[in-house]
Amino acid sequence: MAVAAFPRRPWVWVGWSLGLAYVLYAGAQLDLTWPRFLLGLENGAKFLDRMFPPEIIQPDSMAKGLLESLEIAVLASVLGIVLSLPIGILGARNLMPFWASVPSRALIAVCRSFHPVIVAIIFVKAVGFGAMAGILTLAVASIGFIGKLFTEAIEEISPKQVEAIRSTGAPFVSLLTYGVFPQVMSRFVGFASYQVDSNLRNSTMVGIVGAGGIGGTLFSAFQRYDYNFVCAIILAIVAMIMVGETLARWVRTILGVDSKDQDD
Amino acid sequence: MQKGLSIRKLEKSYTPGKPVLRGITLDIGAREVVAIIGPSGTGKSTLIRCINRLVQPSSGEIWFQGQDLTKLSRRELRSARRQIGMVFQEYNLVERLSVMENVLSGRLGYMSAWQAWLRRYPQEDIDLAFTLLEQVGLAGFEHQRADSLSGGQRQRVGIARAVMQHPKLLLADEPTSSLDPKTSIEIMQTLVGMGERLQIPIVINMHNVALAQKFATRVVGMAGGQIVYDASPTGLDEAMLKSIYGGQEWL
Repeated sequence: MAVAAFPRRPWVWVGWSLGLAYVLYAGAQLDLTWPRFLLGLENGAKFLDRMFPPEIIQPDSMAKGLLESLEIAVLASVLGIVLSLPIGILGARNLMPFWASVPSRALIAVCRSFHPVIVAIIFVKAVGFGAMAGILTLAVASIGFIGKLFTEAIEEISPKQVEAIRSTGAPFVSLLTYGVFPQVMSRFVGFASYQVDSNLRNSTMVGIVGAGGIGGTLFSAFQRYDYNFVCAIILAIVAMIMVGETLARWVRTILGVDSKDQDD
Repeated sequence: MQKGLSIRKLEKSYTPGKPVLRGITLDIGAREVVAIIGPSGTGKSTLIRCINRLVQPSSGEIWFQGQDLTKLSRRELRSARRQIGMVFQEYNLVERLSVMENVLSGRLGYMSAWQAWLRRYPQEDIDLAFTLLEQVGLAGFEHQRADSLSGGQRQRVGIARAVMQHPKLLLADEPTSSLDPKTSIEIMQTLVGMGERLQIPIVINMHNVALAQKFATRVVGMAGGQIVYDASPTGLDEAMLKSIYGGQEWL
């Protein structure tokens, strides 16, 4: 019998067939047909038509919403960054005993497991409508993101530098400030500035479920069919986020933590 | 109080049943320069790291300054460690800190974390740091970041950091193995010179037998986790080297 140059892998084909079958099944379940798509396009064109020209119908409520979103983003970022620093350190298995790292990693995992919309709904139920719920929501998201990446950054540091500081007889906190932080601080600032960016974007969203900010104004404009106002709000959000991204980039450049620097 | 260092029946196994150190007993006098030679993987590094307990010994005693280092509590260990300066093969400087910060980090065991974080070093420490940088030939480099230095320069900073501790013992784990021959000699001169100035013993792991014979006052040969030679460098003949390293083609 001749030796096969390529081993047969029948299971791969079974896998592909099953995957394809599921895609077709899901499409049929959800009534995804071409005529349905054309109908949707027609509706979308009407909607776009009604959005223009953009018009600021309630300047007060728009200004208040935008400012509130900004405040939510800033306060949530400060809270999240301040909390994720110790939580991130406690989670690092190369520095901490398991009784410290396990709970801290569990906390980070919980913070990461839900989408901000779901967290926001929970906080609105827990602490009531308004900016407080939004701040808590985004603080949770910040702890999840910065905490996880910071923990990983600490676990990747060079143990040699830590060993040298340890051999001088330094107390534990000095071991952190001399052996560990210099190796990870620029990455921490990088993570934090990305999270500020992300919080600014999400602060415009949490209002949709009643957690404060411009999202609430946007949602009520939708419900009143004030599509011109909707368009004005969307443009204002775009402008705010672009300004925020530019500022975050400046901060990263000034502190010398460009995105290029992320993996060194 | 006995001067120097006294190691008694030191054993270390990283995995049970596979000892790396098999009962090392070694007395080191107050002014000796001891070179430990031997093939890779024979436990030289483990031995030196057991002394300041960067590696935890499995059993045995290490007497230094009147106390058994293997029995110390965490607090006692920290104050013992600050009297033991260590120089590393890969220099182990904190890359993103300045040369000055790296040298002064030798004082961390003597000050609170708060003072250290604020860089509030006593003026005499700062003066000593400048003096040491001058002595190792790095005057004017104090504000440079450690990662901008060459290998030889880094090792000089490493020596200055160790001396900054006012050590009663210097350990060096293959301090010249990553350096070129000329720089190796200079580093050894600096290291041995510092030991002379401080009147303290030095224990150095090394691979380079010629360098060991040139600088050490005593050579300890290790093989298979045991001491197989312990005498003056001049007694180290070809037969002895053969039994330490095995084989003879390399001679």
